[in-house]
Amino acid sequence: MIKKPETAAEMLLGDEAIALGAIHAGISGAFAYPGTPSTEIFEFVERQKHPDIAARWSTNEKVAFEEALGMSYAGKRALVSMKHVGLNVAADAFVNSGITGVTGGLVLAVADDPGMHSSQNEQDSRYYAHFAMIPCIEPSDQQQAYDLVRQAFDISERLALPVMIRIVTRLAHSRAVVRTSAPRPQNPLKPSESRSWILLPSIARDGYRRLVEKQKEVKAALAEVQCCRRHGVEKGPLGIICTGIAWNYLKECFGEGEEMPPTLHVFGYPVCENELEELLASVDEVLLLEDGYPFLEDKLRGYPTRGRMKVHGRFDGTVPRTGELTPDIVLGALNRTGHETPPPSGPLAPRPPALCSGCPHADAFEAMKVALKPFGGGRVFADIGCYTLGALPPYEAIHSCVDMGASISMAIGAARAGLSPAVAVIGDSTFVHSGMTGLMDAILEDTPVTLVILDNSTVGMTGGQKTAASGPNLEKLVKGLGVPEEHVRIVNPISRERDTITRVLNEEFEHQGVSVVIAARICIQEIKRVNKAKKAKKAEEEAK
Amino acid sequence: MKCDIILCGVGGQGILSIAALLDMVALKEGLHIKQAEVHGMAQRGGAVQSHLRLADEPIHSDLIPRGKADLILSVEPMEALRYLGHMKADGALVSSASPFVNIPDYPKIEKVLQSLRRVGNHVLVDTRALAREAGHPRTENTVMLGAATPFLPLPPERLKEELARAFESKGQRVIDANEKAFDLGREASLSRVG
Repeated sequence: MIKKPETAAEMLLGDEAIALGAIHAGISGAFAYPGTPSTEIFEFVERQKHPDIAARWSTNEKVAFEEALGMSYAGKRALVSMKHVGLNVAADAFVNSGITGVTGGLVLAVADDPGMHSSQNEQDSRYYAHFAMIPCIEPSDQQQAYDLVRQAFDISERLALPVMIRIVTRLAHSRAVVRTSAPRPQNPLKPSESRSWILLPSIARDGYRRLVEKQKEVKAALAEVQCCRRHGVEKGPLGIICTGIAWNYLKECFGEGEEMPPTLHVFGYPVCENELEELLASVDEVLLLEDGYPFLEDKLRGYPTRGRMKVHGRFDGTVPRTGELTPDIVLGALNRTGHETPPPSGPLAPRPPALCSGCPHADAFEAMKVALKPFGGGRVFADIGCYTLGALPPYEAIHSCVDMGASISMAIGAARAGLSPAVAVIGDSTFVHSGMTGLMDAILEDTPVTLVILDNSTVGMTGGQKTAASGPNLEKLVKGLGVPEEHVRIVNPISRERDTITRVLNEEFEHQGVSVVIAARICIQEIKRVNKAKKAKKAEEEAK
Repeated sequence: MKCDIILCGVGGQGILSIAALLDMVALKEGLHIKQAEVHGMAQRGGAVQSHLRLADEPIHSDLIPRGKADLILSVEPMEALRYLGHMKADGALVSSASPFVNIPDYPKIEKVLQSLRRVGNHVLVDTRALAREAGHPRTENTVMLGAATPFLPLPPERLKEELARAFESKGQRVIDANEKAFDLGREASLSRVG
């Protein structure tokens, strides 16, 4: 007999569970820059169109974090969300926020991407929390994500510290039923009267000391939430420590009523030392299961001479050193495979992601390749976005992709080394995120670089969020920064314009100074979205 | 009861729409659900898959271990091949037989279908023809949803109701085409499994 849940239940992504948890915890604002797998956190808040919750995309993650910090200063609760590499951009504000402390509750939800489904690396944000001495909570399922966000806000306000919620792709993008609780009101406007917000060295020293002293309270607060939970039998030769969603994979390995080894499920950091000591005292060896870097494992290993206990995990190869944790890996680590039958095989070709049919970037790349032919193909420094797919056949048109904004700055460095033409390619949104500052350097020096801005009027890769500057605004922005008018060229990336684009590019390659070529045509998916919205609106009107 | 499903196909074929529909009906039926999906770069015309788990008791992992899936439901034949390793020995394979060719080295379709036919419990559906018959070429995913119904722990009539609701905003013509696609897929599947 299946019982219907008693409270309101909703089918939510892990991302959405965090967002709803934050809304019900009484946030007054949500701040973010899109990035897989974190995008849906902000989007969920935005979709609610709550009249008293401010929700606007920020131009980058640092700006988002600082805006959230400002809201906290004013006494209200704020949620800021980003992907793991976004935290690199926001790191300056994030690390210092531990020293300033917060007034209204501030929760940073950061979504890591182990396995790099849609990222440049698989860095583990728990290191950032540790580094900044800020508590970190790592929910293992959608319900916990919802529940723990409210507790994170409580801890944040009680300890006057930001709290990080760390999730991974598989929780961010997996749906389950979440039971919700009653929403609570927002905080009133009450700007801080503390001088701790002024990080002059003399004040910052006090702030830092306070942060260090607060660590005891942090541990106590996490202990209250019981972020280290014991499971399985009392004693055994092998103990297991699993963090976050690894707990689900572990449970998957054990059938109903089957005995589980002594296990500690950790989902709060810094980890509770008592629980940890207790587990270690009752086992001879320990296996670490973490989706991400071997964060706890590294702490447990200590120096080889000091290790009184065998620690298994990512370092000794029991779990692969890199990549996403899966139930299969956990089964393998416990020597529990064997149910598998060899699957029927057949002819299989990889199907990598590709630019959409009709994508303006494709036409821009075709023209660039023609223009660069006289230079032996040249070198093109690219950036983060759909256009990174220009690296793959049939285009093979770009030669680097490092981080948001690196295209233009790397082109400047290469130009100073003597590379000519030094060409950079960046999207409209990435340009505003982190490309403008690099371009400013090129303008000040009049460095001979050609920057191609692929203006498709949207943040394409993450599903079509509003871009900060596009069309005439983007042109004004570039000219306003100081690129000479005659070297700001607008082209239409469409196949019939290829010769024109090639000619414009060649002219600008010859110019021994900074040029910007804006290839402006709306994203093909964005057109579909706009048309879809129009149709839906029309159908709605007809129905009336 | 538990039913572990791997949904697969190519980005843009509507795999996540099928998943959302199954979620909605399972939710109304009071089942426990976990459904992991792929967003972001992987969606751009690449291989897309979703792990959908339904049960009448709590579900732990968001991902289905290899060799544990009860059903592979694929909107594209070569993509079905990619996930056969996830299927139980006595699992079912329900796949479209119509290839979606957006890569230069797509293997010979006959070879792909031959491999799929080696699976004991398989249903292959000519989704392209049935979608056309239904009156809308973009209903291939709905054809596959219909074809999956004999293997799902969800009542087909509930799924059909939800389908109509999902397409409500698109007008009656689209609803009709999808309902027909659903029926055609279900018939094709039933005629094969008896």
